[in-house]
Amino acid sequence: MLTKHVWSRLVALAALLASGAAAAATYDPGQVWNMPVGVTELSREVFKLHMVIFWVCVVIAIVVFGAMFYSVFAHRRSRHPKPADFHESTSIEILWTVIPFAILVVMAIPAAGTLIRMEDMRGAELSIKVTGFQWKWQYEYVDKGVSFYSTLHADSNHARQLHSGIDPNTIPNYLLEVDNRLVVPTGTKVRFLITANDVIHAWWVPDLAVKKDAIPGYVNEMWATVDEPGIYRGVCAELCGRDHGFMPIVVEAVDPPAFEQWLADRKSGKATAIGHGPAPVLVASAGASAAAPSPQPAAPATEVAAAPAPATPAAAADGGKVYNAQCAACHQPGGQGMPPSFPALVGSKVVNGPAEAHIQHTLKGKNLMPPFAHLSDADIAAALTYERTSWGHKAGAVTAEQVKAQRGK
Amino acid sequence: MAHHDQSHAAHDDHAHHGPVQLSDGFGKWIMRWITTTNHKDLGTLYLLLSCTMFLVGGLMSLVIRAELWMPGLQFVDPEFFNQMTTLHALVMIFGGVMPGFVGLANWMVPMQVGASDLALPRVNNWGFWILPFAFSMLLSGLFMDSGAPAGGWTMYPPLVLQTGSSFPMLIFAIHLMGISSITGAINVIVTILNMRAPGMTLLKLPLFCWTWLVTAYLLIATMPVLAGAVTMLLTDKYFGTSFFSAAGGGDPVMFQHIFWFFGHPEVYILILPAFGVVSTIIPTFARKALFGYDSMVYAVASIAFLSFIVWAHHMFTVGMPLAGELFFMFATMLIAVPTGVKVFNWIATMWRGSLTFETPMLFAVAFVFLFTIGGFSGLMLAIAPADFQYHDTYFVVAHFHYVLVPGAVFAIIAAVYYWIPKWTGVMYNETLGKAHFWLSAIFINVLFFPQHFIGLAGMQRRVPDYALAFADINALSSIGAFGFFVAQFLMLYNFARCVWFRNGMQPATQRVWEGAHGLEWTVPSPAPYHTFETPPQIDEGELTSVHDEFDALDHHRINK
Repeated sequence: MLTKHVWSRLVALAALLASGAAAAATYDPGQVWNMPVGVTELSREVFKLHMVIFWVCVVIAIVVFGAMFYSVFAHRRSRHPKPADFHESTSIEILWTVIPFAILVVMAIPAAGTLIRMEDMRGAELSIKVTGFQWKWQYEYVDKGVSFYSTLHADSNHARQLHSGIDPNTIPNYLLEVDNRLVVPTGTKVRFLITANDVIHAWWVPDLAVKKDAIPGYVNEMWATVDEPGIYRGVCAELCGRDHGFMPIVVEAVDPPAFEQWLADRKSGKATAIGHGPAPVLVASAGASAAAPSPQPAAPATEVAAAPAPATPAAAADGGKVYNAQCAACHQPGGQGMPPSFPALVGSKVVNGPAEAHIQHTLKGKNLMPPFAHLSDADIAAALTYERTSWGHKAGAVTAEQVKAQRGK
Repeated sequence: MAHHDQSHAAHDDHAHHGPVQLSDGFGKWIMRWITTTNHKDLGTLYLLLSCTMFLVGGLMSLVIRAELWMPGLQFVDPEFFNQMTTLHALVMIFGGVMPGFVGLANWMVPMQVGASDLALPRVNNWGFWILPFAFSMLLSGLFMDSGAPAGGWTMYPPLVLQTGSSFPMLIFAIHLMGISSITGAINVIVTILNMRAPGMTLLKLPLFCWTWLVTAYLLIATMPVLAGAVTMLLTDKYFGTSFFSAAGGGDPVMFQHIFWFFGHPEVYILILPAFGVVSTIIPTFARKALFGYDSMVYAVASIAFLSFIVWAHHMFTVGMPLAGELFFMFATMLIAVPTGVKVFNWIATMWRGSLTFETPMLFAVAFVFLFTIGGFSGLMLAIAPADFQYHDTYFVVAHFHYVLVPGAVFAIIAAVYYWIPKWTGVMYNETLGKAHFWLSAIFINVLFFPQHFIGLAGMQRRVPDYALAFADINALSSIGAFGFFVAQFLMLYNFARCVWFRNGMQPATQRVWEGAHGLEWTVPSPAPYHTFETPPQIDEGELTSVHDEFDALDHHRINK
């Protein structure tokens, strides 16, 4: 299979290189060849700076490399057998020190201007606290009573497992989709307060132009005023451990009334059409396959399918979802973990032991495992029930009440 | 008295017979290499270590490029992928490029300044033999349950503190590499300052020695800083300190400041000797003296000075105060001036020369071309507001690989092609050399040029998997990586023939290259085991530095 893939990639590449037309057809040039212009005033300024310095470099390159290759051609021994014997010239050396210096000064002025505007946080109308976790983001709308976590979309998460057998090309926005999107209002100066809980991350959405490190113990600031409604995708840009490549950022910008509505719905727990990634296809089909024959021949790779029929199908389906979003990165979808850093859950003493200890372990974390107290009682109960009834385990369900009772102990 | 004479005779005996050969017995031969204090032997050992490490680091890069060949995870777990990126960097920087240049310095610095050996030969032996242990320790993590270090070569806490049992191995390995570098640096400085042949004033020093002298000072200034930083990591992990832990009153960003105070000069440690090599090779094959010798020296010194005040441009995104960002942006842009001067000088050296393109010259010209491309992307990265977009993307990966591979590595390759006839006494095969050059030059660009684009378009560094839009360019890049790796075996075959399988190889003349100047070309080929046991008379024609003003002064004096 791999060989087939290799050949098909080679053929595609050959086609790409063979004709410029193919390139134009395959790519949206703005998306693959260059920095995005973006959707904020700052991002447009940055793009302009980028293009100006790029063309300055191109012009210098043409002059310098032009001289070099002319010399390579015209001053080779067969054309120029007798070398000249000059070896210094104070005037020309001063000239080629002063001219680059002048070019740099001309470049530095607009760059400094943009930098100063970037650092001007005054007049922000909305503050959102962004916290990096291994390996997800938390968004808190400051003083609005809304806060949630955002993790890699379940479909991408399934497809990206080693030997998953799922072709990433079948996943829309592979690795660039999340379960809960960050919703921001357009035309509003939004201040992002960026920090981290465990290790250093970096919050980066290219269309908003600014990248900031999320550092434990620091609160960094950046701001953006998004002009156009739309969906803007980004990634964690600072190496943060095993799943650094799998904690994307999705910003959904909507007009202010829709934002206010979304905020109110979110606060009151009402369902809202805004801010969700698409419904997971692979997980749903895998969950269904526990009861019915698998609709997908490739399903064996999604370990959820192999789970025995759980006590209450609805709870376990939810549990599988929470497990896959929160736990599977380390303990793996099949529960086999990655010893010794990330122990296996299959046959684990904690998972098969008393529910109280299992809940405590989850709420407080241990060693590399961060605390998961931020999850709701129901979510924790569902995930633990899933763990305790999957992979041949018969440890019995955990209820939300039990989780609640263990909090603060 | 008689006794004294005897020992004296024994000493002479040794000198005349030269080094122990394999034919003298395997045990004796091994002990020669372990106990050797000869700068040429140690130069050879350094170069062999460098070559081995380039292969090891190269194989790691192939694991990386194989995994990135297409979207999805096909071969390795993300954790192992991170181990590969981390070790690839450490092995290439500390095991490939640095020992490569130390090997060249061992061989060439004494021969270029007319000294019989480096100043401190036993320290030199020690400095080398530390390294195999250091790298065994660094790589030992691969055989541990908890795996090798995977927090990136920059070792940022808190992430690096999550490393398992290989963590103390990493720290100790870094300490050992630092000790080795410092001993090498001391040797170079003492040799150049104290052991130059009579008449070789500092401004007549070959440029390779000048660049190495400055590099050695950078090493002495920065390696202890790195040692301090990693020691604090060690105590944070095992002894309950909180230098870099915010929860204990420490500061994770402080590590980055300390690390890059070492790290940025380190970048110039990797490239300044390359400048020296290129400044040696281009005049030889242009048959024309180096243009602007003095300005070359001043440019190297300015670059070295600036390298100490630009470190935070590696950390524009940590949230520095505006004043800090502005200062580091301006200081970084300034580096373009002396670097530009060097490039202009190289081109002016070629200008109206009489150029031929033997393999060392091909690599040197490619260096000027491709290193400058890396310089341009460096200038773009200096613009702080734009750097917020470039930072930690493949644009940066492309940038530093352009300055390190067709930069530093091409310079090492060029230097070995240039001097190997002097070392072995036979000419390498020119046709194979040219084939090696063209394959390397083509594949290195296939490998790294496309990475600029995916970086700009939003692909971050140090990830084993990526969004679908980046698939084709990543595949192209992987083809370049495998092609480049395979092409290097042409060079290995060529050099192995010079060293071990010399049948049918053309003997090298004493001068080797008709346009070459310098004391190393005044001794026979191969260079005898001991050279310049008495200080040489320097013929003016052997000086690689030519100054107008001195001539003008002389004329002036004569006219008076």
